[in-house]
Amino acid sequence: MTTAATTDGILERAPQLLRDAVTGFLPAPWQWLANSLIGIAVVLGVFGLLFAFLTLAERKILGRVQNRPGPNRAPLPFLNIRSYGLAQPFADGVKSLTKEDVVPREADRVLHFLAPVALLAFSILTFAVIPFGRHLVLVELDAAVLYFFAAGAATELAVFMAGWASHNKYALLAAMRALAQLISYELPLLLSWVPVVMIAGTLSTTAIVDAQAGWTLGFIPQWHVLTPWGFCGFVIFMVAALAEANRSPFDLPEAESELIAGHLTEYSGFKYALFFMAEYFGMIALSGMAITLFLGGWRAPLPFLEFIPSFVWFGLKLGALLLGFIWLRATFPRLRMDQLTRFAWKFLVPLSLINLATTAVWSLSAGWSGPLQLVRWAVCLALVVVPFLALGRTLSAGVAPRTYRYAPS
Amino acid sequence: MSTAFFVIVFLTLGAAAVAMVLRNLIHSALLLIASWAGIAAFYLWAGAEFVAFAQVLVYVGAVSMIVLFAVLLTRRSRADLVVSRDTLGRGVAAMLVGGSVLGLLFGAVLSTRVVAPPSATPEISVRDLGAQLMGPHAAAVLVVGVILTVALLGAVVLAAVDRDDAGRKTP
Amino acid sequence: MSANSLQLCLLFSSALFCIGLTAALSRSNAILVLLGIELMLNAANINFIAFWRFGPTPAPATGVLFVLFSIAVAAAEAAVGLALVIAIYRHQKNIRLQEATSLKG
Repeated sequence: MTTAATTDGILERAPQLLRDAVTGFLPAPWQWLANSLIGIAVVLGVFGLLFAFLTLAERKILGRVQNRPGPNRAPLPFLNIRSYGLAQPFADGVKSLTKEDVVPREADRVLHFLAPVALLAFSILTFAVIPFGRHLVLVELDAAVLYFFAAGAATELAVFMAGWASHNKYALLAAMRALAQLISYELPLLLSWVPVVMIAGTLSTTAIVDAQAGWTLGFIPQWHVLTPWGFCGFVIFMVAALAEANRSPFDLPEAESELIAGHLTEYSGFKYALFFMAEYFGMIALSGMAITLFLGGWRAPLPFLEFIPSFVWFGLKLGALLLGFIWLRATFPRLRMDQLTRFAWKFLVPLSLINLATTAVWSLSAGWSGPLQLVRWAVCLALVVVPFLALGRTLSAGVAPRTYRYAPS
Repeated sequence: MSTAFFVIVFLTLGAAAVAMVLRNLIHSALLLIASWAGIAAFYLWAGAEFVAFAQVLVYVGAVSMIVLFAVLLTRRSRADLVVSRDTLGRGVAAMLVGGSVLGLLFGAVLSTRVVAPPSATPEISVRDLGAQLMGPHAAAVLVVGVILTVALLGAVVLAAVDRDDAGRKTP
Repeated sequence: MSANSLQLCLLFSSALFCIGLTAALSRSNAILVLLGIELMLNAANINFIAFWRFGPTPAPATGVLFVLFSIAVAAAEAAVGLALVIAIYRHQKNIRLQEATSLKG
């Protein structure tokens, strides 16, 4: 059991105390406004810096996986000290700000300008409902999860605007392909968290984190990922999040060997950087939501580790998921368009629908006790593993076994 | 009434009116999407948050895609997107009809004696909404599911291209 | 006369409805007609929410539920309508409604 001393320790309440020290002297309505503005500024600042260093981490990790050092030359300004590449994000920022902004003559200037702005705006809007710590959520909504995915769905429009406004038939084709990918993977993404809402009984993110409290047997956390349906849902969510964020192996829309840069072909300089900022923010927001829904949010995994503040745990989990994203990028080749859509519609959607049934079985058998618990686990595990194997077999049916032309067999 | 309400009304009506008048089809579609977003803002102002998020998710996130795909699939060149100027007679007749319906509705609304409105927003939590959907209205939910399935299957059949054995397309 | 909040919301939805009606009647492009119809559906939804918020409330969830079902059915109708537009395009290579007269008596 947690005591008040650990859950409300000084480190835990440090952000609130800092904020109250700054705004405590204001009268009531101004204080609410100032608190909100400070919250927004902190989120933008923290996640902006995270975005900058994430681009660096990605390039360094990709480099090391590919047996090369990654960027390590950008020096600190005015000092000319090589800093193992830590100044690289700022060098990239200066480059993107000072590059010439080329807009094609026939392009729709208003839409061309609005597309990255709309994309970034909706991506940032999704950060409002993620609980970063015990008392650190920007807005407490009753239908928070729905808000998150509604704002995410609205980002797809900006992809179309970018492809259309460029007046480039290849950009338009690539935008349509990107849209097809985004709407195909939206269905598994939405279906994968419906079981979580079914079990937690609420759409509010703070309440879902509260539903994952406690430890069974004293040391196993009751996170949703540690249940059969939760594990299946988590995996489906992460795969669909990869596709929604246009990350490898689903990065056909923006890959350089496909249709130049896809719907971003006619963008240069700062607008290009804004698109990438929006993509990384989407990645971070989806990871944050995966942590909230499946990985227990800001909760510590073991009871004696609760002295570490909640936002540190959230940051650790977020770092682990983002490293997973980068690792996947380094490892898997890109999926072709038809492989991508077949994977979504013929594998992920049936699997997530069967996951719903598994969750129903789990939830209805919650009252079973003793050895019946083993039966419950066995039934749910079977309901997860058997469709996975069966659907996997049908998905790869008709594909001949691999033959190597040059390697000795 | 608060200024937020008037701002939302002005922006939504403005976007809708301009959308219906423009000659570029893509601009019309995008402005209509903006008016749907404005309607979602109205729902938020009125306190129906769940409906506002559903409006954004369904209309701005999905129906907008259908509209844009249809616009792009029903043209032969970029010039087709500029809609020809409709005959003046049609326009005038439509505005007369629209104006008279508007006058009728305005007169009806303004001349009815309406009870003083309650000051508090009715509180409906998402849990109660779910209980209502799965309880008294469960049959309606199932019927809506069937409607959606049948409608979308029908849309796929209507828009699909049949290929006969020789690979020739017959629509 | 002064209009209270319910009447103002109803005026808003009536104006939106008439904009949609005028567009559906005057444009000859099939997609614009469909967009006008969608606007009319949205105006009706605004009516429901206006009465839910400001009208005498029998049950607190009725207005919201009605709008949810209306949004779902409107989405299905938009899909079917736009599929019809694509089918018309395939026959006559453009989507002017005046030319879709082959069933005319």
